[in-house]
Amino acid sequence: MADRNEPLDRIKSRRDSALNALVSGVPYMTWLGIRFDRRGDELTAVLPFDGKLIGNPVLPALHGGVTAAFLEVTAIVELSWVAMWEDLESGRIAPDAAVPESLPRLPKTIDFTVDYLRSGLPRDAYARARVVRSGRRYASVHVEAWQDNRSRLIAQATGHFLMPQP
Amino acid sequence: MSAGPSDDSDRDDRKRIAQQFIEAIPHARALGMRVDDLGPGRAVISMPWSDHLVGDPRTGVIHGGVVSALMDTCCGAAVMMHPASPRSTATIDLRIDYMRAAAPRQRITARAECYHMTRSVAFLRAVALDEDGENPVAAATGAFTAER
Repeated sequence: MADRNEPLDRIKSRRDSALNALVSGVPYMTWLGIRFDRRGDELTAVLPFDGKLIGNPVLPALHGGVTAAFLEVTAIVELSWVAMWEDLESGRIAPDAAVPESLPRLPKTIDFTVDYLRSGLPRDAYARARVVRSGRRYASVHVEAWQDNRSRLIAQATGHFLMPQP
Repeated sequence: MSAGPSDDSDRDDRKRIAQQFIEAIPHARALGMRVDDLGPGRAVISMPWSDHLVGDPRTGVIHGGVVSALMDTCCGAAVMMHPASPRSTATIDLRIDYMRAAAPRQRITARAECYHMTRSVAFLRAVALDEDGENPVAAATGAFTAER
């Protein structure tokens, strides 16, 4: 049971450092420039625009592979975040970017299907994932990405994942 | 079928043009993609393993998203190589099955084939391989637009 009187700064630093450990441990996320905004347990992935993300220089438009990678990264982080939340809050684990052994093992992608709805503009993109079902072994995650308007998605995806076994 | 010297030079020309096309795509250039082979409705594109593309630091395995980007580019190239000569293409949907982890420090090669083309849609199949060319790392199926 959560301690109602736990100091707020301690709660925030525990959650932020765990999230940072999850993200900064993966070189590819850093290379793409992906970061996560956190509101309580809700995560929003942010992909700041960069020239190297362009796939069609004429339009210009984001590379479809970048969009797919952004969605997949968001799904994996959300799934790991949801899976570790209880252990994190109860103090059973304390992931720390500086201690590789403390980092949770990540789910493995089984399959990932991306539905491209609009071409990605040369601006920042955002994504949010929802764990539809998470069992002991397998999980199904849905994820959506947008740019200027939350209701005008640029892409959505569904993926199946193999959960790390204890 | 044997290829005469002129077929060979046609093929080299096409490959050079395709390589220029790939290099004009900033993200393909950032990933170091190289055109290895082309044919009617077919493309083979590869890229090197690199530290900054790692998805699992414990094992050094490249991130699935990188494989997606390679397969997507290779499928797009196969559409452009179709004899119907589409002017441009974009991904409608792409499904990727990850069969096994790609071996760290090995080159990844994607082979894509446009197996059906309608007036406005191209249907694609692709596989991704590491240096063990027998057991694919991933397989993909996709639908792409074909602008005529």
